[in-house]
Amino acid sequence: MKNTATIALKELKSYLASPMAYIVTGIFMILTGFFFSISSSTYYETSIKGFLEPGNLLLLLLVSVLTMRLLAEERKMGTLELLITAPVRDSEVILGKFLGSLGILTIMLILTLYYPLLLIGYGDPDIGPIFTGYLGIFLLGSASLAVGIFASSLTSNQIVAAVVSGGILFALWFIGYTATFLPEAAGEFIGYLSLSYYYPDFMRGVIDTRGIIYYLSITALFLFLAVRSLENSRWS
Amino acid sequence: MIRVENLTKYYGKRLAVDDISFNVEKGEIVGFLGPNAAGKTTTMRIITGYLAPTQGNVWVADHDIINHSLEARRQIGYLPEAIPLYTDMTVRSYLDFAGRLRGMDSARIIARTDEVIEICHLEEYVDVIIGKLSKGFRQRVGVAQAIIHEPAVLILDEPTIGIDPIQVAMTRQLIRELGKDHTILLSTHILPEVSVICQRVIIIHEGRIVAEDRIDNLSSMMSGSQRFRLQISGPVKKITERLQKVKGIINVSYEESNYIIECAAGQDPRRQIMDEMVRGGWTLLSMEQIGMSLEDIFLKLTAEEEADE
Ligand SMILES: Nc1ncnc2c1ncn2[C@@H]1O[C@H](COP(=O)(O)OP(=O)(O)OP(=O)(O)O)[C@@H](O)[C@H]1O
Ligand SMILES: [Mg+2]
Repeated sequence: MKNTATIALKELKSYLASPMAYIVTGIFMILTGFFFSISSSTYYETSIKGFLEPGNLLLLLLVSVLTMRLLAEERKMGTLELLITAPVRDSEVILGKFLGSLGILTIMLILTLYYPLLLIGYGDPDIGPIFTGYLGIFLLGSASLAVGIFASSLTSNQIVAAVVSGGILFALWFIGYTATFLPEAAGEFIGYLSLSYYYPDFMRGVIDTRGIIYYLSITALFLFLAVRSLENSRWS
Repeated sequence: MIRVENLTKYYGKRLAVDDISFNVEKGEIVGFLGPNAAGKTTTMRIITGYLAPTQGNVWVADHDIINHSLEARRQIGYLPEAIPLYTDMTVRSYLDFAGRLRGMDSARIIARTDEVIEICHLEEYVDVIIGKLSKGFRQRVGVAQAIIHEPAVLILDEPTIGIDPIQVAMTRQLIRELGKDHTILLSTHILPEVSVICQRVIIIHEGRIVAEDRIDNLSSMMSGSQRFRLQISGPVKKITERLQKVKGIINVSYEESNYIIECAAGQDPRRQIMDEMVRGGWTLLSMEQIGMSLEDIFLKLTAEEEADE
């Protein structure tokens, strides 16, 4: 636990010390701010759908950029040799990396609280969907971080890591849309597995425990795969 | 302190380490000597738990690196071949991170940081970003990182590579100092380095151990033939010719105004040499027996290896 915290804190610090996190946050704020301000739902429904709806794909993209260096850079610079020969479990390394990047995601999402605060200031928005919407985007973000960390554990090339991560995330997102072309049972099953399946519920203000469990499972699955991939590199 | 048993490592189909076994006792400084691609780094990576062996096992302070990896790793300070530095951190924050990874608490880290900074002569660079340091200073930060938690065992992979001669001498001095309260295994392909720092040497070539002994034993053990260095005043060509005729002398060479003669094992031509010099009217200024240099040993061993195959 202490080791996990050490690594998480180090990651958080190095995010805050490098321009990447600021650039990513800046792009996220500018684009979501733009969509939020032009969306009719902002004015007619006083909801944050204008932020949440285009925010999801943007998030998948930006998370891939945020996570690409987490292990690939360690491998390339040779610092992985310090990290995994220290008396630290591989799972603690991965979990630390995850929590560190989750910290940045949290900061990013806290900055966007500006949008609902505006709504509260100028109108009378329904707090329920705002709350569940944030829960949804946070869960989606954390699942994406896990995918990104897994991708970063596969290679010493950051660009490759980002592309692999983006590829997996977009595949998992859009696979849900193929459901309508498939036979009903298969379509439904595929739909359930898609990152996009539960997201609209959260925006509508519904808390679906299956949705929460789904996102948490994806997170756990990819963190587990990342641990295995780190272990495997010892057997090369 | 370090026990390596029947260690074998394949990278895919490529055999890098071939069934090697050796021990390093507590308090020893052992040199791990071999040419490029001999398997030094591979062996060290297995000892430190960075790589898993294909076969065999390693015990560090009686913890085996496969089943009790964490306990084994706790005993080790490791300077990898490529120094593992976070170039965006300051020296102090890097050492802090390295200490925490090894489970040290804040108070101890602060105290030890001051100590290792002094040991490694980094006083002026504590708050400098590592990316701005020169190679030699990065090297010192690498050493500082390896010793901050006062490990029982130090594994140093080519600790003097790529730094200037003054810093090489400093690093060697430092390693000898560290040897007083650490068990050290250090790899190198620089022969004199081993004789300067180590008490014992393990020579590895193409993944196999070709020799292992105390430095002093090794040179006498290896000299199946004896060698002498002579200083003689007189015409070089004639003297050389005359020396070559002496019974038991296999080879005569003239280097830096010394004659180096090599004789067959069990022969002592010294008396005859003196007689010959008197006969020729030349003056024998000095004559001393010399052991084989590590370089000779090394070349001889690896040549023998190849001849066996
Ligand atoms: N990650 C790897 N994948 C495949 N082969 C490797 C890998 N690392 C090392 N090898 C091979 O294993 C052999 C031993 O390499 P190793 O790095 O252990 O040698 P070394 O004694 O440390 O050499 P050097 O003095 O050059 O550092 C070499 O032939 C090398 O090409
Ligand atoms: Mg090497």
